[in-house]
Amino acid sequence: MTRWGMVIDLDLCTGCAACEVACKSENNIATVSPGQAEMGRAISWMKVQTELEGEFPETSAVFYPRPCMHCDNPPCIKVCPVGATFIGDEGIVGQIYPRCIGCRYCANACPYIAKYFNWYGPERSESERRHLNPDVSVRQAGVIEKCTFCHHRLQKAKELARAEGRPMREADYQPACVDSCPTAAITFGDLDDPNHRVAELKEDPRATRLMEDLGTRPKVYYLAPRE
Amino acid sequence: MRQDADALLANLPPDERVLLRPLLVTSRGFRVTAALLGAVTLWGLFAYYLQVRHGLGRTGLNRPEYWGIYIICFVFFIGISHAGTLISAILRVSKAEWRRSITRSAELITVLVIGFGAIQPIIDLGRPDRVLNVMLHAQLLSPLLWDVMSIGLYFMACTIYLYVPMLPDLALIRDLGIKAPRLYGFLAAGYQDTPPQRARLEKVIGVLSIVVIPIAVSVHTVIGWIFAMTLRPMWHSTIFGPYFVMGAIYSGIAAILVAMVILRKAYGLQEYFKDIHFDYLGRLLLVFSLLWFYFTFAEYLTAFYGGEPAEMRAFWAKISGPFAVPFWTMVAGCFVIPLALMSRRATRTTKGTFVAGIAVMIGMWLERYNIVVPTSVNPRWEIESIGHYLPSWVEFSIMAATFSGFILLYMLATKFIPIVSIWEIKEGREESVKLVADRVATYLPNEPAVAAEESS
Repeated sequence: MTRWGMVIDLDLCTGCAACEVACKSENNIATVSPGQAEMGRAISWMKVQTELEGEFPETSAVFYPRPCMHCDNPPCIKVCPVGATFIGDEGIVGQIYPRCIGCRYCANACPYIAKYFNWYGPERSESERRHLNPDVSVRQAGVIEKCTFCHHRLQKAKELARAEGRPMREADYQPACVDSCPTAAITFGDLDDPNHRVAELKEDPRATRLMEDLGTRPKVYYLAPRE
Repeated sequence: MRQDADALLANLPPDERVLLRPLLVTSRGFRVTAALLGAVTLWGLFAYYLQVRHGLGRTGLNRPEYWGIYIICFVFFIGISHAGTLISAILRVSKAEWRRSITRSAELITVLVIGFGAIQPIIDLGRPDRVLNVMLHAQLLSPLLWDVMSIGLYFMACTIYLYVPMLPDLALIRDLGIKAPRLYGFLAAGYQDTPPQRARLEKVIGVLSIVVIPIAVSVHTVIGWIFAMTLRPMWHSTIFGPYFVMGAIYSGIAAILVAMVILRKAYGLQEYFKDIHFDYLGRLLLVFSLLWFYFTFAEYLTAFYGGEPAEMRAFWAKISGPFAVPFWTMVAGCFVIPLALMSRRATRTTKGTFVAGIAVMIGMWLERYNIVVPTSVNPRWEIESIGHYLPSWVEFSIMAATFSGFILLYMLATKFIPIVSIWEIKEGREESVKLVADRVATYLPNEPAVAAEESS
């Protein structure tokens, strides 16, 4: 069975945040004012977290790009009172924006704080509006949103493969963050398909997942830094 | 107008004269208070209008502080609602005769406060326009949905439980014709107080007072579970169900006491809310202050002893961190003050219970604050800790409006409903004294002479 997943090599990540930017433009993520960002209301489906180690000047930083973990046992979907967040056949955890009532219970249930709320409606200039991605719906005020593994790209890839009468290839479906990473730190594919690189990388001795002990079974793996 | 009312009242028997007086005579103080409360409520409605128009951005909430004042008030108000029904049902079931004059005022708190509590999560919604989705797309695994069901059921049960025991009083007002004849004719629903009707009424009340107890317990259990079912530090706790039920009853008793002190003074009910009532309810408050300490101590000791890092961040944030002031104020309000006042007979008076009641209510509001906020700002993933939450004026205004709206409706209700059950007082005078004497006699062993005769 197909289980889409991601492996992020922390040794390769430079913390450049190209993935964040690519994600924002790909997924029509609303920008907020600096004041709102200061309040903790910026939306960043993919977010590069920085963990500092050691005392200055002997400091080193580890960067954790954090998308939605697309857990196989997602704590967010159980608590949603209206079934607006769900897990699909291929393991992608999705969000139904027109159904979401904005109670933010799922956001509280997610231990990775991967869910974002639209505190205000999006404000876009005319020029910005012209460059919205037509494949991704625009979210209104008052709903939850989060990383979808660029699910719209999967749909396109499936259609393309069907049109060309061939099975889907690994390269057909890659999320925007993966495409944009200059050091190729992020690998994406089917965790259950032995021909996909992620299937092999997830078995790497360095491979670990965030808060594995919670039993959420995330489909995003991290390759721990080698020192 | 005033003279008419006085003349009307003068012809009534003494109980009716005192208890129906508020329905006919409205003081200046009442009008002024009502106007002030109305103004605060309107202000809060304006704040809510702004929030609906512009979005939840008008609050101080953020990520990961997703829940704030509204959810705290939700838990608080639904907690208060355990005042009436549960207390009055337990007292009825246990045949506590001193309940007669206090049940009505307590049940009225319940019904009104459930409404004000239940709207809080709706105020908190990002999309209140889609609230019906909880029925159209009900997802039964969600504790929030369990809540919708149990609060809905509770509201219905409590409304019936308030209304049914009110029928004889409504019929009395209808028959006296002292106020709005058509309204009371409708409300009394043809009740004539014939012996078979009275017997049926008592039977229904008996059934209802048993039925509402498990429903009431379920309501706050499920509210505790909303938090406990998540994996968050200091929320994921098995004692949250019973802990919340206990806290709810505790704050409910405090609310009854405060309401009774005010009603007693405002409507001259000294003969109905007697010192003995405050003494007994004060003892109940004392028991719950000890229970509160026991539960809270158990909860915090367990978290502390385990010492899991994520739990400890929330733990220390409360004990000595940014939330130390609300935490220790809560301990003072929920434990130190009520314990000190209620453990001595000399302070188990109207004044003492009033102070303790206010302290407990503040303390219990803070308890919910100390559950919701420190955990929210200290998520399991330390990188995302933000450590602060500053509610906006919109949130404070809506909270103030909720309090004022509730008090206002309660005040207005006392103008239409006798706040002390007239027929139950009469029944107490006419029948209970003998019934209780007979009942006590049945508790005792037969007299020796009779017993000897029987055995021979």
